[in-house]
Amino acid sequence: MTILVIAEHDNKVLAPATLNTVAAAAKIGGDIHVLVAGQGAGPVAEAAAKIAGVSKVLNADNAAYAHQLPENVAPLVAELGKNYSHILAAATSNGKNILPRVAAALDVDQISEIISVESADTFKRPIYAGNAIATVQSTAAIKVITVRATGFDPVAAEGGSAAFEAVGAAHDAGTSSFVSEELAKSDRPELTAAKIVVSGGRGMQNGDNFKHLYALADKLGAAVGASRAAVDAGFVPNDMQVGQTGKIVAPQLYIAVGISGAIQHLAGMKDSKVIVAINKDEEAPIFQVADYGLVADLFEAVPELEKLV
Amino acid sequence: MKVLVAVKRVVDYNVKVRVKADNSGVDLANVKMSMNPFCEIAVEEAVRLKEKGVATEIVVVSIGPTTAQEQLRTALALGADRAILVESAEELTSLAVAKLLKAVVDKEQPQLVILGKQAIDSDNNQTGQMLAALSGYGQGTFASKVEVSGDSVAVTREIDGGAQTVSLKLPAIVTTDLRLNEPRYATLPNIMKAKKKPLEVLTPDALGVSTASTNKTLKVEAPAARSAGIKVKSVAELVEKLKNEAKVI
Repeated sequence: MTILVIAEHDNKVLAPATLNTVAAAAKIGGDIHVLVAGQGAGPVAEAAAKIAGVSKVLNADNAAYAHQLPENVAPLVAELGKNYSHILAAATSNGKNILPRVAAALDVDQISEIISVESADTFKRPIYAGNAIATVQSTAAIKVITVRATGFDPVAAEGGSAAFEAVGAAHDAGTSSFVSEELAKSDRPELTAAKIVVSGGRGMQNGDNFKHLYALADKLGAAVGASRAAVDAGFVPNDMQVGQTGKIVAPQLYIAVGISGAIQHLAGMKDSKVIVAINKDEEAPIFQVADYGLVADLFEAVPELEKLV
Repeated sequence: MKVLVAVKRVVDYNVKVRVKADNSGVDLANVKMSMNPFCEIAVEEAVRLKEKGVATEIVVVSIGPTTAQEQLRTALALGADRAILVESAEELTSLAVAKLLKAVVDKEQPQLVILGKQAIDSDNNQTGQMLAALSGYGQGTFASKVEVSGDSVAVTREIDGGAQTVSLKLPAIVTTDLRLNEPRYATLPNIMKAKKKPLEVLTPDALGVSTASTNKTLKVEAPAARSAGIKVKSVAELVEKLKNEAKVI
């Protein structure tokens, strides 16, 4: 068995989710190759070669792959993938965008967002917003899988010395083109990789009040998240949303402030090690999953918490 | 131009589902069913394109049991012109659904196909991308803004770090994210009118599509329950517990 892992990157830096995906590949067992498709992504390929357990790095460097448009990258992955038993990608917006297109091109069903590997052909994945866990078996010759990063501890980023292979294939479908990108800037740790996450909901009342959470987060070295209610109300940008349709996090500590705890939100954070809820409504569903609950006005509790930690 | 919208009948998003005792699946008997929330957004976007004069006809399609007609009638009440039901009693994988949709796309020749980004039951997030692959069209997934101009469509997509805009040649596939729009409610007169709009029923066999699957669900379990937590009385007590009991800060 040989497993192909699609590297998650921005042409400059290898995203940490790739390490979790390689960890899932290691659990399946077999040779692990990593594909870096991009333009001028040499530093990414070098970083990929150092990942523990990776035996080969395939580097497809072409202008058509610069923005990883699925119309161009998917045919490349499908073509290379014919020689592999498994094709894995992280369940990031990029992985989710590309991989189903690969699966359809190979005429196999895909398994999305696995959280554990039972055997080389059997996997567990959450369904119904994480309210049920399905065990799925694939009889496909090539198993196409996205991996939920929080389900697997990352492998070491150093220690490997993989061989390089340049891939010359250039697929340019010509049906799509990149126009622009607007990335939110933040100095805080990335939400999905942070050890501590502080999240605010509708109870924050406005975007300005998130400054209380930022102050607390900076003291804890935490990332700041939000519920859908806070995003829809325009308090914060949508890439901060934690939940079924936003980001899935599983930090050591999750502090939910002014969040009622709808099932869609719980789906994104209930695998956190310790959950703290601060809410003035003692009936809020969030208290049913919280390890420590504090019934209090957040505008008093959060500044006090910031002072004490 | 003609717009095709795919809708799915799923358990209502407010229902807390329970896993069956025999671990064969979740219990959907006597549970409220609705249109998948992302599909509502897809219908709304198509209706807005029609109101802007961009779309001329909206065809909604659903693949599922006979009862999925209810969701198609809802879409008709929201402004779709006609509906197609591909009737299938069995549970289908995303790939099988994508193949059936491809057959409908071949038949209807729409310029734009709008789907939801994922169904809240299977949480797969695959069908739109698979349909795009099968039809060879460009895909604009997780769309928060859709602008048609001439023979192309600009789609602003929600990505992990922010937003990205791509331009796709028509015909194209778009999948909706939550912030694309706020779906409207169907009014009573429109619900009555929707009953008279055409609804065609097809079968996978009639479309010549095999729905065989390479995936098999072995069992469905309830997730591990969290042990009950405690309520603390003050911030000081909370900090003390986090430092000494949980040891996370």
